[in-house]
Amino acid sequence: MSQPRGGVVIYLSLLVALMLSALPLPEDLQWWRPEWVLLVLLYWIVALPTRVGLGTAWILGILLDVLGGSLLGLNALALTIVAYVMILVYQRVRMFSWLQQVLFVFALVALDQIIVHWVKGILGVSSQTLMFLVPALISAVLWPVLFMLLRGVRRGFNVA
Amino acid sequence: MRLLVLAIISLLLIVTDFNFRQTDVVRSGLTTLVAPIQYVVDVPSRVMGWLNRTTVDYQVLYQENDELKAQALVLQRKLQKMTVLSAENIRLRELLNSAEKVDDNVMLASVIGVDPDPFTHELVLSKGSNEGVRVGYPLLDGSGVMGQVISVSRFSSRVLLLTDSRHSIPVQINRNGVRAIVVGTGLSDQLELLHLPDTADIVEGDILVTSGLGGRFPFGYPVATVGRVEHDPGQPFANVQVQPNAQLTRSRQVLLVMAREQQEMGLDENAEEQSETAVEGEAL
Repeated sequence: MSQPRGGVVIYLSLLVALMLSALPLPEDLQWWRPEWVLLVLLYWIVALPTRVGLGTAWILGILLDVLGGSLLGLNALALTIVAYVMILVYQRVRMFSWLQQVLFVFALVALDQIIVHWVKGILGVSSQTLMFLVPALISAVLWPVLFMLLRGVRRGFNVA
Repeated sequence: MRLLVLAIISLLLIVTDFNFRQTDVVRSGLTTLVAPIQYVVDVPSRVMGWLNRTTVDYQVLYQENDELKAQALVLQRKLQKMTVLSAENIRLRELLNSAEKVDDNVMLASVIGVDPDPFTHELVLSKGSNEGVRVGYPLLDGSGVMGQVISVSRFSSRVLLLTDSRHSIPVQINRNGVRAIVVGTGLSDQLELLHLPDTADIVEGDILVTSGLGGRFPFGYPVATVGRVEHDPGQPFANVQVQPNAQLTRSRQVLLVMAREQQEMGLDENAEEQSETAVEGEAL
């Protein structure tokens, strides 16, 4: 294990993801917003599981909750659980083909959305529609592009 | 193990946040922390606005200027009448021994963020507790009530819009004073009128104004216009669809009303506390 480098790059990428998730969109497009924070988080877990883990996921979730005005802890719970699944299997994910990765990311983002809607449903602030799975679809389609982009960033800035 | 700990902390947070008010301190602190993100995210639209302003045609500006002058003239005429009328109103109220101010104090704020969650209708404003914004302040734009402040951080505040399905507002029909409650539907251009009797006098085009009951919204601001009225013999209440007057999805400059009702209510609360202590004192 060498000295950790380039933490700034990791946190900057997560900050950009937070901004993208708070970006105002036209109403019709709101359903189509990818889960930026979750995607970037998943990338860093696959790439550097020693640097980014459950703690980062939890703090990101709290920030998302505050930024979005949702129940405090809601996204924190979902992100932590999804991150945990990814940490369990990141070595296998590295060996996946693109198609397998896309399907796996779809499942993970869907899991995140389902947890959020379950908790909301239990507390009685949810609605009856499957539209909340649309972000999972978009996120999965975007995954290969984001993966290559972030890998370029990681290698360019020599983050380890 | 860490998963369990973090998950339990999250669940505890969710439950406390849902049931109690204690987490508001944490939330407002953290919101102050992420306020810069919201400001940065708003930069592109502000740049677009600036570009629009700086590259606009002179011809268009002249035209707009003329239109605005004409509009100002019309409004001034109305204002002349208003001053007379409000003076008369105050005089009549004095005759009735009820002291009520006709005008409210307002504060200008701009919208810097829209809630990304399509299930909720909320806005983030550029004014926070530093400028004196408090939870519960009503929000208006040029044409009507938009919503109310639900949480405040140091430099920004969050507003629940009329159209959110968690929002309701007491109103009355401007024409005849029939009282009702308008609730949000979760759709951005539609509201619903709850529990209005089938026989109530309401027709398409009626304007609903705040009734001032409940003490949160001051009296007399337009809220919505009645669209369709359906009388279904099988239903106990009339089915009334109304459209919000305010431009909820477009307004960028908005007004916060520092409602005098609330100030008075605050005083009343103090008075009640005092009287309670007085009673306690007697009991002792």
